[in-house]
Amino acid sequence: MSLADRHIPDRLTGRGAQLLRSWETLLLLVAVGIFVLNSFASPYFLNAWNLSDATFNFTEKAMIAFAMALLIISGEIDLSVASIIALASTAMGLAMQWGAGTSELVLIGLLVGLLCGAFNAVFVTVLGLPSIVVTIGTMSLFRGISYIILGDGAFRGYPPSFAYFGQGYVFWVISFELVLFALLALLYGVVLHKTNFGRAIFAIGNNPTAAMFSGIRVQRIKFILFLLTGLMSGVAAVCLTSRLGSTRPSIATGMELEVVTMVVLGGVNILGGSGSIPGVVIAACVMGLVTFGLGLLNVPGIVMSIFIGLLLIGVIALPRLWRLWSQRRKT
Amino acid sequence: MSVMKRVLTTVAAVATFAAGAAQAEDVRIALVVKALGIGFFEAAAKGAEEAASELGDVEIIYTGPTDTTAEGQIEVINALIAQNVDAIAVSANDADALVPALKKAMQRGITVISWDSGVAPEGRQLHLNPSSNPLIGNMIIKLAADHLPEGGDVAVLSATTTSTNQNIWIEEMTKVMGDYPDINVVSTVYGDDLADKSYREATGLMQTYPDLDAIIAPTSVGIVAAAQAVVDAGKVGQVNVTGLGLPSEMAGAIESGASQSFAIWNPIDLGYSAAMLAYEISKNGAEAAPGAEIPMGRMGSLKLDDNSEGAMADPFVYDASNIDAFKSIF
Repeated sequence: MSLADRHIPDRLTGRGAQLLRSWETLLLLVAVGIFVLNSFASPYFLNAWNLSDATFNFTEKAMIAFAMALLIISGEIDLSVASIIALASTAMGLAMQWGAGTSELVLIGLLVGLLCGAFNAVFVTVLGLPSIVVTIGTMSLFRGISYIILGDGAFRGYPPSFAYFGQGYVFWVISFELVLFALLALLYGVVLHKTNFGRAIFAIGNNPTAAMFSGIRVQRIKFILFLLTGLMSGVAAVCLTSRLGSTRPSIATGMELEVVTMVVLGGVNILGGSGSIPGVVIAACVMGLVTFGLGLLNVPGIVMSIFIGLLLIGVIALPRLWRLWSQRRKT
Repeated sequence: MSVMKRVLTTVAAVATFAAGAAQAEDVRIALVVKALGIGFFEAAAKGAEEAASELGDVEIIYTGPTDTTAEGQIEVINALIAQNVDAIAVSANDADALVPALKKAMQRGITVISWDSGVAPEGRQLHLNPSSNPLIGNMIIKLAADHLPEGGDVAVLSATTTSTNQNIWIEEMTKVMGDYPDINVVSTVYGDDLADKSYREATGLMQTYPDLDAIIAPTSVGIVAAAQAVVDAGKVGQVNVTGLGLPSEMAGAIESGASQSFAIWNPIDLGYSAAMLAYEISKNGAEAAPGAEIPMGRMGSLKLDDNSEGAMADPFVYDASNIDAFKSIF
């Protein structure tokens, strides 16, 4: 790829564009394939309630994955998201003990998420530290605070109306979380692909210096993206806490890696510069279907992890293999 | 598109590999553990399989998340609900977080019990404790007395002064001291569940009471430290260390003779009993209500208290005859 090709694409250039245009298609076919195989493999798969239950495997992670996709496209990453959930959930638990009602709880969850995002953002955009280092630090910091507050205890006894966010259904089998997931997917899709803000994110990810010289306020946009990721972690914290009905400091342990996996599986370039929200949406469904389908067959969790790992490596290696193969054909 | 074909073949391979699972008319009991790959739970699964082969028409589904998280267990439980298993027996990572998922399971007619690590009462039909405080209190003094036919002086090495469990067990032990008239408890010291402090306290006991016959340590940290102190003081054979400990950590003390025997729950019996109870409720319609007594095969029967909880048995005694079999398990 020559330098002349770098014209702020939101997809890989040249032959890659062709590949990527079919990237979502490929992923979608995988999803459909998994769906069909699951229906054959287990008699319990094709059942509206079961499928509805299955969506809980990915909705919370996907909410964060949308914001994370934007962040990774801009060339940064946030590994503290799961710890933000722990801290936000702990804050909600404290507030609940002091008598906060449902609406205050939600507000506090979102606010703590936002503050954690701002904390990360200051270190990355104002002090200019690498985001991977900063967020590995805050990953321990945020969860550490939860452990100090809770120890081996737990907050329980959230108000009954608070249970709606994680256990409520809007209509028939359509859960509140699923509706929220769909709305957020739409919102992030529009922001990334249809607005100047979205174009700026791609520009920053491809070449931050050039983006700055083109008048894009790079640090400010990155700041906003960290805020968004924090906020989405807060949203996920509200949903997860509501679904579990209790808070322990170990809540959402390891979720950051699943979120990043989802983003990368969705075709977002881990080095920044390209990716799409539809890709992330399909990747979320693929991961949800795979874990639920294998769960129905009682495949041990460790085999599931192996499978997800293989899927991820395969998906990252694919574009490279494709390029090598097409170059060989050219010569 | 050869690449996609390959992806799909992989998926197909996994699917067919897993599709071998039986779908007979068996009673399907899911044994959900805190995390897979833990020796204690693998042993419990063995016990459940033993119950299954004894009962005949049972299929045990041994499953659990990869990490000890409540979220992971909920995913597993949702998958089990979807399969419409007959019973779920769970050792919970979180007593409260599993309640919504388990309630859903019960609404769909699935028998739900917890064992080892319990679930809040509204999320299960009964809870199986490996033992009970009175049984443990009696066991720790009995272990010492069994090796002192002519009576003698014993001392207690506990955890901290505020350790709830240890305090209750020692209190229960004091209650039954009348049954052991020749045994004299000379002192109770606290090692704070720290290896070095427990070691110093045990050494101090042997210096203060030169005729000491046994040290009872109802804590897995204290018992190991006390055994080491006895070995280092050259008092193997004079002072017997006993109490509650883990076979993997105590194997050396049994071998050296510093400890004649000690006790802790037996995971095999625990898994066996959990499977038996799940079967009784699910298949034979036993009712898990306060006061009920539910049979559990070779382990006798479980008597439920006001919280629908029950204790399985005395803690299991480990000594030179069985330590080798258990030290690799947990």
